[in-house]
Amino acid sequence: MPKPFDKLTATAAPIMRANIDTDVIIRIERLVGNGVRGTLGKWAFGSLRYLADGSENPDFILNREPYREAEILVTGPNFGCGSSREGAVWSLQERGIRAVIGSSFGDIFFANCFQNGILPVVVDKAVVDQLAADIEATQGAGKVSIDLEAQTIVSPSGARHSFEIDPRRREGLLKGLDEVALTLQRDDEIHAFQAADRTTRPWIHFQKTPASRTPA
Amino acid sequence: MPGRSLLEKIWDQHVIARLSEDTDLLHIDRHLLHDLGGSRGLLDLKSRGLKVHNPELTFATPDHALSTAPGRAGTSKIGQELLAALRVETAASGITLFDVDQPGQGIVHVIGPELGLSLPGATIVCGDSHTCTHGGLGALAFGIGSSELTHVLATQALIQKRPKTLRARFEGKLPLGVTAKDMILALIGHIGAAGGTGYAVEYAGSAIRALPIEGRLTICNLSIELGAKMGMVAPDETTFEFLRGRPYAPQGEMWDRAVKAWRELPSDPDAVFDREVVIDVEKIIPQVTWGISPEHVVGVDGVIPDPKSVDDPLRRAAIETALEYMGLQGGAPIAGTPVDWVFIGSCTNSRLSDLRAAAEVARGRKVAPGVRAWVVPGSENVKREAVAEGLDKIFIDAGFEWREPGCSMCLAANGEVVAPGQRSVSTSNRNFVGRQGPRARTHLASPASAAASAIAGAIADVRMMGR
Ligand code: SF4
Repeated sequence: MPKPFDKLTATAAPIMRANIDTDVIIRIERLVGNGVRGTLGKWAFGSLRYLADGSENPDFILNREPYREAEILVTGPNFGCGSSREGAVWSLQERGIRAVIGSSFGDIFFANCFQNGILPVVVDKAVVDQLAADIEATQGAGKVSIDLEAQTIVSPSGARHSFEIDPRRREGLLKGLDEVALTLQRDDEIHAFQAADRTTRPWIHFQKTPASRTPA
Repeated sequence: MPGRSLLEKIWDQHVIARLSEDTDLLHIDRHLLHDLGGSRGLLDLKSRGLKVHNPELTFATPDHALSTAPGRAGTSKIGQELLAALRVETAASGITLFDVDQPGQGIVHVIGPELGLSLPGATIVCGDSHTCTHGGLGALAFGIGSSELTHVLATQALIQKRPKTLRARFEGKLPLGVTAKDMILALIGHIGAAGGTGYAVEYAGSAIRALPIEGRLTICNLSIELGAKMGMVAPDETTFEFLRGRPYAPQGEMWDRAVKAWRELPSDPDAVFDREVVIDVEKIIPQVTWGISPEHVVGVDGVIPDPKSVDDPLRRAAIETALEYMGLQGGAPIAGTPVDWVFIGSCTNSRLSDLRAAAEVARGRKVAPGVRAWVVPGSENVKREAVAEGLDKIFIDAGFEWREPGCSMCLAANGEVVAPGQRSVSTSNRNFVGRQGPRARTHLASPASAAASAIAGAIADVRMMGR
């Protein structure tokens, strides 16, 4: 069940390169296995964070103070594109990230954020650029505030920007709702749908017994 | 009221409940599990005290974490554990598993269409972003994350926001040597790797109608590289002929009923799309990527972009980063770049027609010295059919390695990696930084182009190979 998200004032790190894909956020070999959760924080952005010899890359922003403590990422367009791996979100979360602000996100990454209580905020590219410039002007010392209830972001310069968010998603995050439990409350509707669909599209529905796990 | 699109028709047919103005609870007709995330989802469900809602609509196969070496030698310990867990958990839940060495095993996106599990008008999900592949049969298919995977196991339904629609029309007659892979790479080059973000894409036009199903699957496969999690082609006679008689497709009288329903699915002539793009396929030449995003693509007779001639500082920096990673010079021709590896496989291009196209180029020739070239069939059935046709022999005679079916070097999850700094021409779908192994350099191309590059030892124009 996701942790609720309400308000956050924190250090923000701009990572402005376009098309940062989920392979860059977390490499696949870190995700192979059923016990990987909890081990991923140190591998977030691994290929950018570490040099070939395994030491930290001092040029990468999350290796620099005060960005090391960042809980917010300000990102270039199409952040989180590529693979559906939810491990990308887990690794950011385990790294301490609670919100990402960008002009566009990979669709599946975007959905995965909400499932884990991470807030992805979509704003115009001009706003993203302004935020990044404001943060850099304070060398990261100026904090960014996000208020989900009010749907606003405040930049280190004090500039206030509002953002749009799907009302269902917003409520889910504010309350930390468990979607599986919510959907199971509609199980009667699911069964009714399937019963009706069995007559309109019988070729979709196979028999439920193990013997007929072959076609109906 | 305007006509409805293919997407809208399928969508509306699957709405269990309307949750808000633009968000619905959709019924999921087919759920595919693989070794990387399948057992994790089933265990997650168990830990919540829940059961699989419709095990008979759920199917599983190992593909990602399995070695494709002969005898599966070299599957990592974790890969073996994942396979063992998948066996135990699917059996306990009554889910059909297509296991190693059995007909039906293979890359999830190859076996769904091959077995007739993927059908026109069906909703199909899998914890893998290339689930969009199945849209080639007129299905509404898309990748989901782990949490959504658990949601589907528990409810056979998914909460989804209705996407915007984009129609990409490919018009004209495809030139010789140009394939479905080149068509979709050209589109990505044209509208960018985020050009389809937030959209469901419908591929249409005369060049799509003329494509066999395997080509349509390749096109839909790369929808996610366009930023779109869904891509689809309206079903037609080609679709029905492809599906007829497949093991899980309807049979007899049921088949006739299904086809009648499927004929109603194509977009109405007056359907309205949020965005429309037209591509003249007669202008397309074989494509090859030069950088670290699929949008970094040029015709094989083209030159690598020169950052010095780009004014926009962000774009210039992006090109410089890509060239540095790839070890290439801006302004140089892409053809002739020496390669170390060639990988023919993945859910993009590992079907029988792909292997035939590559074998046609390889027949009677030799892989250049110093190049390692792999052919990895997409499924056990593809492998068997290819062997029956003697394609394996053509490849082996030419110096390619013939492997067992699986994802292999597409994602490098199983120790099958391109070494740091080495250059690979790959028929897969992602040229991301490190995708084929840390610091590996990947050029995406069609199977014919990849085979030509293996023979030449350098990125090659298959049209110059005289076949
Ligand atoms: S072949 Fe590659 S892209 Fe396709 S499912 Fe396997 S890993 Fe993913």
